[in-house]
Amino acid sequence: MRQDLTHIQRWIATGSKVLDLGCGNGEFLRLLQDSREVRGMGLEIDSANITAAIGRGLNIVEQNMDRGLENFPDQSFDTVVMAHALQAVHFPDRILDEMLRIGREGVVTFPNFGHWRCRFYLATRGRMPVSKFMPHNWYDTPNIHFCTVTDFEALCRDKGIRILDREMVGNTQRRPLLAGIWPNLFAVTAIYRITR
Amino acid sequence: MPALNPDASVGVVHPQTARFEAPLVLACGRELTDYELVYETYGELNAHGSNAVLICHALSGHHHAAGYHNKDDLKPGWWNECIGPGKPIDTERFFVVCLNNLGGCHGSTGPASINQETGRPWGPDFPALRVRDWVHSQKRLADRLGITGWAAVIGGSLGGMQAMRWALEYPNMVQHCVVIASAMKLSAQNIAFNEIARHAIQSDPDFAAGRYLERNSVPAQGLGLARMVGHITYLSDDAMARKFGRDLRTGTLDQGDESSVEFQVQSYLRYQGSQFSSSFDANTYILMTQALDYFDLAREYGDDPVAAFQQASCSFLVVSFSTDWRFSPQRSREIVDALIAADCPVSYAEIDAREGHDAFLLPLPRYMDVFRAYMQRVGESCAQQPGGPS
Repeated sequence: MRQDLTHIQRWIATGSKVLDLGCGNGEFLRLLQDSREVRGMGLEIDSANITAAIGRGLNIVEQNMDRGLENFPDQSFDTVVMAHALQAVHFPDRILDEMLRIGREGVVTFPNFGHWRCRFYLATRGRMPVSKFMPHNWYDTPNIHFCTVTDFEALCRDKGIRILDREMVGNTQRRPLLAGIWPNLFAVTAIYRITR
Repeated sequence: MPALNPDASVGVVHPQTARFEAPLVLACGRELTDYELVYETYGELNAHGSNAVLICHALSGHHHAAGYHNKDDLKPGWWNECIGPGKPIDTERFFVVCLNNLGGCHGSTGPASINQETGRPWGPDFPALRVRDWVHSQKRLADRLGITGWAAVIGGSLGGMQAMRWALEYPNMVQHCVVIASAMKLSAQNIAFNEIARHAIQSDPDFAAGRYLERNSVPAQGLGLARMVGHITYLSDDAMARKFGRDLRTGTLDQGDESSVEFQVQSYLRYQGSQFSSSFDANTYILMTQALDYFDLAREYGDDPVAAFQQASCSFLVVSFSTDWRFSPQRSREIVDALIAADCPVSYAEIDAREGHDAFLLPLPRYMDVFRAYMQRVGESCAQQPGGPS
C-alpha cells in the first residue's frame, strides 16, 4: 500500500460515503470498505483496472473526470478522494471545485515537484526530472500539471478552500521529520484534507 | 453438438412448459385468462434457493439461451458464449432460467397460438404487451419454480429493459441487475426504425391484416425486409465495412460487362431476411417492437428516472459498446447517472467494440472479463446470504 493511502485511511469516518476519483485497481477502496465499512464508489478509465476493481466487488464507473463530474449531485458524498491524480488532470483547479461540490470533504495527494531532488536534477542537469516516483519523460508523461506544496496551498488560498489537515511523506518511512518541518523541499508526497 | 463439449456448453437441454390458469391483467387493460410459458433451466438451484439467475431475451430471442437441443444440433442457444460451466454466467454456480416471453413465437402463448374463445389463431387480436407484463408473467414463473428471489436478473437490449423493470416492480426479489446495451426509453430514431419494420410487414399483401395464418400464408417479403432494416441498425458502419466491404459476390464492374452484380452485403441481408421470415411470426415482431417503443422506465415516476431508481434496492452493472448506435453508450450513461443520483450501487463499463449493437451477443475479451468479474461478485453475495433477498 502506498504511504499516502495509509495516511488517508485515518481521515475516513466509519460508515461514510466515499468517492474515489481515479481509483486504480480498487485496492484502496476495498481496504476502506473492509476497515471502515464505507459505501464506496470509484471512477476509473483504465480497462484492466476497472475489471480488477469490479472483481474486488466494488462499484466502479468508467468515466473520464476530465470530461466533467456534473452527473454527481451536490454534497452527495462525505469524502471525495483523489490520490496521485491531480497532476494528471486537465484542469486541477476545476476538479478541486468539483470535489468540494460533490463531497463535504476532499482528500488530495500529489507528488511534490518542489522536492530537493527535483530541484537538484533540474538545476544540475537542466532537464525535467525523472525519478522512481516520476518515471516518465516530459513528452510521454500522463502528469501534465506538476505543482509544489507551496503552489497547492496558494491555489487553496485563492479559491477559499480550507486545509483541515496535511501530511507529508518524505524519502524514507523512518524520518518524516524534515518533510514535516520543510515540506516544500523535503516532502515527496503531499496529502491534504480540504473543505469549503 | 460439438464432440466432447469443447466449448464448455451446458450440453443437451430440454425446454419445459408451464401453464398458468390464473388470469393475468395486462397494462393495456385487457387480461389473458390462461397462458403458457416455455422455458429452459441450466444448473442446479441450491438448497437456500439463493443462486437463481433470470435471463431476459431481446427482440428476436427466446428461451433457448444455452446448450443444444439434441446430440446432432449444430447451433447452440443464442447466449451460449456467456452461459455455461466456467463462463461469465457460470452454470456450476448459478441456476439459470430463460423463458420465451409472452407474445413470443417459440412456444409461449402469443399471436400464433389458438385463442380458446374463437378456436382460431389470435393473430392481430392478441393483446398489446408492455415490458411490465413480461416481468409480471416472469414473476409467476419464478413462483412456479420455487424461486423467491433472483441473485441476478440479466438482459441485453430489450432484455435490459425487463431487468430494470424487475428492479422497480419487485425490488425485494432482485439482488443484482445487469443491463447490457439498453436504454430507459427509445429515441425517436429508434421508434422510426421500428415503424419501418412494422410498415414493411403490414404492407405485404400476404400479411392480410394479421390473419395470414388463417389463410395459410406468410408475409415473408415484409418480415424479411423488416429484419434487413433491423440488421443494418444492429451493426456498425465499421463492422459492415470489415465484414463485407464492397466485395462482390457475383458479376464484375468492369467496363463493357453488363452482367448483373451482387455485393456481398446484399446477399447477406437477403439471407438474413429470408432465414428470419421462415422462423419468426410477423405479429410477434410487431408486438415486440411496440413493447420496445412503449417502454419508458420513468413514466410512472413523474418522468424522473432518479425517482424511478429510488424504488430499486439492488446493485447494478451497466455495460455499453462504443459503436452501438441503436442503443448508444450515451443511453447507458443516462441509466448510470440516474442510478448515481438515486444513490444505487452501480458499476459501468463502456466496451470498445467495432461490432455495434450486436456486440452484446459476442464473446469480446474485455466484455467477458467485466461480466465474469461482476458475476463473481454476484456468486459471492448469494453464497453469503442463504435464503437470498428477503
